Amino acid sequence: MAFLKRYLIPRLVQYVMVIWLGITIVFLIPRLTPNDPVMSMIGQMRAHGSTLEPGAMDGIIHDLTEMYGLEGSWGEQYVAFWGRLFRGDFGVSFFNFPARVNQLIGTALPWTLGLLLISTAINWTIGNIIGGLAGYFSRKGWSRILDAIGMLIRPQPYYIFAFGLLMLFAGVVHWFPVTGGSSLGAQPAFTWAFTKDVVWHSFLPAFSMITLGAAVNFQTMKLIVQNVNSENFVQYAKLGGVTEDRIVVKYVIRNALLPQITGLALSLGQIFSGALITEIVFGYPGLGMLLYNAVLRADYNLIMGITMLSIVGITTAILIVDLTYPLFDPRVRYY
Amino acid sequence: MRVIRDLFRDYRFTFSFIVLLLILTMAVLSFFSPYDPTMWFVVPRDMKPSAEYLLGTDSNGQDIFWQATFAVRNSLIISLIAASVSRVIAVLVGMVAGYARGNPDRILMFISDGLLVIPLFLILVMLAMIIRKNMNLVVLGLMLSAFGWAWDARVIRSVILSLRERDFTKTAILSGTGTVELVLKEYMPYTTPLIFSTLINNISWAIGLEMTLALLGLVDVNIPTLGTILNWAITYQAMFLGRWNWVLTPVVLAVFMFIALYWLSVSISEYLDPRTRIQRVGV
Repeated sequence: MAFLKRYLIPRLVQYVMVIWLGITIVFLIPRLTPNDPVMSMIGQMRAHGSTLEPGAMDGIIHDLTEMYGLEGSWGEQYVAFWGRLFRGDFGVSFFNFPARVNQLIGTALPWTLGLLLISTAINWTIGNIIGGLAGYFSRKGWSRILDAIGMLIRPQPYYIFAFGLLMLFAGVVHWFPVTGGSSLGAQPAFTWAFTKDVVWHSFLPAFSMITLGAAVNFQTMKLIVQNVNSENFVQYAKLGGVTEDRIVVKYVIRNALLPQITGLALSLGQIFSGALITEIVFGYPGLGMLLYNAVLRADYNLIMGITMLSIVGITTAILIVDLTYPLFDPRVRYY
Repeated sequence: MRVIRDLFRDYRFTFSFIVLLLILTMAVLSFFSPYDPTMWFVVPRDMKPSAEYLLGTDSNGQDIFWQATFAVRNSLIISLIAASVSRVIAVLVGMVAGYARGNPDRILMFISDGLLVIPLFLILVMLAMIIRKNMNLVVLGLMLSAFGWAWDARVIRSVILSLRERDFTKTAILSGTGTVELVLKEYMPYTTPLIFSTLINNISWAIGLEMTLALLGLVDVNIPTLGTILNWAITYQAMFLGRWNWVLTPVVLAVFMFIALYWLSVSISEYLDPRTRIQRVGV
């Protein structure tokens, strides 16, 4: 019960509040800018040559006005805005006119989720294991070389790193396909051939995200391990004759992993943004590509749908990561 | 002088210093450019690098080298605005939260935690979509600064929280020092190096985000920045046509800038941390 009261309930309250803050920001953005957002969007759609029947245009103006929540007083608008979110109804997309935003997101989501989950799991594991070892053996040559590589990769933003890979694999060596999620005309199916095709196409985007993520995890883990290493209990274990393998795994890395779990939770939002950008660079058919098309065609409805869904999705993912924390740290369990 | 000499013993500091100096020189060179950066077809299109056109020319009929000097200058302007304005917000939020504690602290930290967690990129895209018409260097810088302070405010707050518990704080309060004076005179010196190192990281972050927003065409593509040059190169398929002089110019400049800024901040913060300083320079 104590756990529930001191850990779980405050955490759930925070979860709800963060979603509230995020959605409120999305609600406020079109209002705090000087331009009339509806007319600005219509103008951009015309400029991008969207062809619409006259009847559809009225519908869009109505839809946009409603989506921005510009009907009625601010209070009413705000309530209506939340209503849409709860019903999971983000209106229609403008660039594929009759298609619902939900449908489009539904098609794109599995690609992004797959890329995100697999690459995050791999980079977190690899980064922490190598970082932990490099931190423990920080005076060894290989540890210094890895550190130097990390120092070069770490500062690169997702876009530049992905673009660098794209240049290398499109212009110099042609080992992997540089664009798309599967071969043209391939039918999605649970067959070996299709799976192989997807993995083949996903290699570069995943590699890009894994390398960047692993570099960050490597460096933070190395630093934490170096600090844990100088703690008394590690010195004591060494003097007490505990084997080195056991010290590294059970004493040092186990303890250093705790802040890394919190770190993973805190950086999920950034990793997600990174995944969207990586998808755009490699033309990978997930949410990032959908966002790119939405921006090019000024499809604000779709962008809002993606944003609201991402806010809810990411805060939920962070909540889940946070709730696994007691599994790793027995001290939290018996609070 | 001694500080400078010690800093230069770190190869990373020396490297960053030289790279940033070269980049600043480029930015200054833009004032002597023979061309107007917004005009098209001032030189022959698609020329290879030569003595006359150092890095060749692009498909818009602009000289790539001189465009790059403007790009560096504009990218620096955006990122400096973004970084310095967000520093002001971060310092204010961090100090108020850390000093006042209690409810102001809870509210401010809730907002900054919220900003950390929300996918900022999407929020920035939404914002940029709406102010696209009025987008210029200053607006873009301010837009980035509104979202770039959250993490650093947290860091500054934690430093202030610990300073607040020190004896000298109590001595100062008991001897009648006002809150503002205490914060400015006593706490600022402690946090200045930290603020400086977060400033450098924030500059790098802003340059990266500008390039990313340019990828989506959400900035004014007629103002040369590192992002817009790359955007034009991609639009004209420069990479698949093998026009490396065009694509690589912004990419190489950006990569060197990111490395230099990161190494500068790492090197300075390692120097400021007495434990690592002893290991490194033995002073």
